[in-house]
Amino acid sequence: MFDTALTVNDLILLAKGAGMTLLVTAISVFFGTILGIVFGVVRYQIGPWWAAPMTFVLDIFRSIPLLIQLVLANAFLTAVLKLKMSGFAVACGVLSLYTAAYCAEIVRGGIESVPLTLRRAARSLGMSWGQDMRNIVLPLATRVALPSWIGLALGVMKDSALVYIVQVVELLKSTQILITRLQEPLFLLMICGMFYFVISFPIARFGGYLEKRWSND
Amino acid sequence: MIEIENVRKSFGPLEVLKGINLTVPRGEVLTVIGGSGSGKSTLLTCINGLEPIDSGKILVDGIEVHAKSTDLNKLRQKIGIVFQQWNAFPHLTVLENVMLAQVKVLKRSKAEAGAEAEKQLKHVGLGDKLSVYPSRLSGGQQQRMAIARALAMSPDYMLFDEVTSALDPQLVGEVLDTLRMLASEGMTMICVTHEMKFAREVSDRVAFFHKGVMAEIAPPEELFDAPKDPELRQFLAATH
Repeated sequence: MFDTALTVNDLILLAKGAGMTLLVTAISVFFGTILGIVFGVVRYQIGPWWAAPMTFVLDIFRSIPLLIQLVLANAFLTAVLKLKMSGFAVACGVLSLYTAAYCAEIVRGGIESVPLTLRRAARSLGMSWGQDMRNIVLPLATRVALPSWIGLALGVMKDSALVYIVQVVELLKSTQILITRLQEPLFLLMICGMFYFVISFPIARFGGYLEKRWSND
Repeated sequence: MIEIENVRKSFGPLEVLKGINLTVPRGEVLTVIGGSGSGKSTLLTCINGLEPIDSGKILVDGIEVHAKSTDLNKLRQKIGIVFQQWNAFPHLTVLENVMLAQVKVLKRSKAEAGAEAEKQLKHVGLGDKLSVYPSRLSGGQQQRMAIARALAMSPDYMLFDEVTSALDPQLVGEVLDTLRMLASEGMTMICVTHEMKFAREVSDRVAFFHKGVMAEIAPPEELFDAPKDPELRQFLAATH
């Protein structure tokens, strides 16, 4: 018979960890998406040449491993600048920029997918740049960008496991604490994986639902 | 009235309009014919300010299109344009396609815009397609929808840029019929077209463009039956 020392209190610890994972992810994806839209639109509007400095900075965020970014940002903000920032704030800040760097590319790709002839038709009806962006580009680009964006959000959720390095106790860190205490790594990792699945699955399904609904037209 | 005064326009080293002078009074139906690359389509996109010009000026009801102080979004409400590619907004139904700019640009209420859209769509024979998405329409139907969309803005002028060129041959007729109907209703129109029979039938005047120059302009009988310009003669011989 299967036996475990796992108690209800331990499960509550894991649930709290999952809550922290969700919170960090939600904040980062929220601000990262807003920033990503701004960066993506600016990049598209001013063209690759003028956007080069911005693209370079975003490329840095995309190419340096998140773990290193977290450690360096934490050290820089708290030790060099002597800011009183919690690990949670540093984690959300770094992860937001990381998300924004990826999101900017998704947004640019989405905008570029809208045929210029369609936008010219909108402008020729007297619509302003903003009206064209809101009523034509936004809905059409969203349809194209959504699958990539859902992938990004799910990726960020899993990458958020790395924020343990700045003392944020999220789902994986909570699991590690229990593994150290109970010495049942495989069983605990399975439960941890299930938690990740439970929070990821609805997001993936919601994305699938939207895609299906939009494909009707 | 549309007044075009000595308009020049280049794309890089290629001069596509070499000093065009043309006046189109209200109520006139002008068709523009000519080979590809003759500058005829460029002229249309210059008239509603989608393309800048290098020199000269274009006046629409006395308003200079390319002056810095001109509110192009406002001016474009006067000038409807329909392109070769019909450009239906794919995420909106046929009715919504025709309503959108009315609501956003003219600030009409939804009810008002809906009624106008329905009227225009019935006018072009799409009264039974209001709630379908453009992807369910044929090319000819989409093009007629694009015409209704432009008409719903109550423009004073309509520009048609080779609106039948991208259509299957059997769909050309329905779109030309729509244009004939508009012409008979007194709409001021400039049609760039390859349909010579249509040009002869509906036009008050026909202009022949060749290599960025308006080589000849005359009433259709005169232009088609007694062409003066040698290039035009050659062009007509090739298209007949």
